[in-house]
Amino acid sequence: MRNTFIHELEKAAEIDSKIFLLVGDLGFSVVENFQTKFPDRFLNVGIAEQNMIGIAAGLSMEGFNVYVYSIGNFATLRCLEQIRYDVCYHRQNVKVVAVGAGFAYGSLGASHHATEDLAIMRSLPHMLVAAPGDTRETKAITHLTTQHQGPAYIRLGRAGEADVHGRDIQVTPGELIQVRAGKKTLILTSGGILSWAMREADEKTPDAAIYSVPFLSGNLNKKQLTQLLTDFDQVITMEEHQLNGGFGSFILEQAADLYSSGALSRFPKIRRIGIPNEFAEICGTQDYLRDHFALRLP
Amino acid sequence: MGIRLETKEYSKKIKKNALELVFRKRASHIGGSLSVADILAVLFSRVAKLDPKTPKAPDRDRLFFSKGHCCSIFYACLFESGFISKEEFEGYADNGSRLTAHVSHKVPGVELSTGSLGHAFPVACGVALALLKRSSPARVFCILSDGELNEGSNWEALMFAAHHQLKNICVIVDCNRIQSLGFTHDILNLEPLEQKLAAFNFDIVRIPGHHHDVLTRELAKETNRPRLIVADTVKGKGISFMENDNIWHYKSPSESQFEQALSELDKEYS
Repeated sequence: MRNTFIHELEKAAEIDSKIFLLVGDLGFSVVENFQTKFPDRFLNVGIAEQNMIGIAAGLSMEGFNVYVYSIGNFATLRCLEQIRYDVCYHRQNVKVVAVGAGFAYGSLGASHHATEDLAIMRSLPHMLVAAPGDTRETKAITHLTTQHQGPAYIRLGRAGEADVHGRDIQVTPGELIQVRAGKKTLILTSGGILSWAMREADEKTPDAAIYSVPFLSGNLNKKQLTQLLTDFDQVITMEEHQLNGGFGSFILEQAADLYSSGALSRFPKIRRIGIPNEFAEICGTQDYLRDHFALRLP
Repeated sequence: MGIRLETKEYSKKIKKNALELVFRKRASHIGGSLSVADILAVLFSRVAKLDPKTPKAPDRDRLFFSKGHCCSIFYACLFESGFISKEEFEGYADNGSRLTAHVSHKVPGVELSTGSLGHAFPVACGVALALLKRSSPARVFCILSDGELNEGSNWEALMFAAHHQLKNICVIVDCNRIQSLGFTHDILNLEPLEQKLAAFNFDIVRIPGHHHDVLTRELAKETNRPRLIVADTVKGKGISFMENDNIWHYKSPSESQFEQALSELDKEYS
């Protein structure tokens, strides 16, 4: 995902001289090409994330569309108040890009596990929050953010994720992307756990429909979601994030709004699968830790 | 340009208006407003290139006011210089007003909303960097409080501005020696501040922060390095019962205190 992201950003930067990339002394073997091609629009600000977000806001005030790139918690929680106040409140054109979603850096320990970021980022007004499910979604979302005026958060895995869609796709905030048609059970995933969910479904519920939901801000398409929640008996959400406030919570909120407004006549059975509000205190690969927390379909 | 007043007359007006504002609105932070008043008076009335008719002019000087809680004096400057009307100024903090009790970027003349300390200097660095990239003549002034230097983000920005030699940036530390709960030397000692800051490779000067001629000279000076002015000031400056007492971080003057403050100001400026 990170390679797809930087490739797409380089393409956009060739045409758009307002694109700027800041890194917090991270991005080895990812950002070098951008740095070489656009030395005037690249800066390693050092290991100083609060300052990095402030600088990004300042560059944005002068017209740049600024991408800041770092690892999960460093790009988000470490500088959260700068993101909230300097970026979101001032509606600056700053795109926060975090690598290492969920347990992508599994063996590096809890410092490197990005497992609360979505809950926090999606609570910020004006923030467009995106967790691409594969490389094609990464490409489309990166492109979309180069055109988007205002703050955005892009949650990336690392390298080597599957190409689930197999072809370039269009993404629109609020739209759920059908990955596989099916009946009775609807599996909704957000982020890079998509391919894992598909393997799980192959084994356990091959008839289930699978949708990827990369955007977690604003409202989901009401018509589309109402139809889906009406058509299926059982809904399962799957995320590599704490259950508190994450993707499953987002779907519950959206469903509750539809139900209370009368758009849905019955409240759907929604089962949430995610990290049970715990830290991983052991080492492991991404798959190992997913298994450790039983991110499995029933 | 806006109304040009002599710095002395300007400072008297903004002090009176800020005092009246905090008196009428039962507002806080008059102490820190009076410590920074002369710095602002010199910037607004003499040094900074600001025009209320074009508050977003591309080559205007940028004025970042990091100690946003001292908004009464900053809004008084915006009123005095013609950025906002008298009516708007007097509606400060009323329901529906955009004049929030920490400066708001929704108000013309305010570059950045502040109120959470340690935010403006990093943003000012980003702006300074962008201005240098397009060879703008604009200067970037950033006013910090001394207590605010407790925040680590300021030290990140110090390293950055020095490393990249942002020569268009001028940081002013309003060194009134008092922070929220007491004296800075009791809470988290900053001294020797000048030596600490100088070690970052800034062009640094320490000056009396209420002396208009010195302020004018040092604020107007441009060199090939980022500038840092430590301005020694007095919290509550000019009002005998407010000076060096941190109760005026919180309290609003009573009617008799307000009258006394005005008469002391009149005497000082007569």
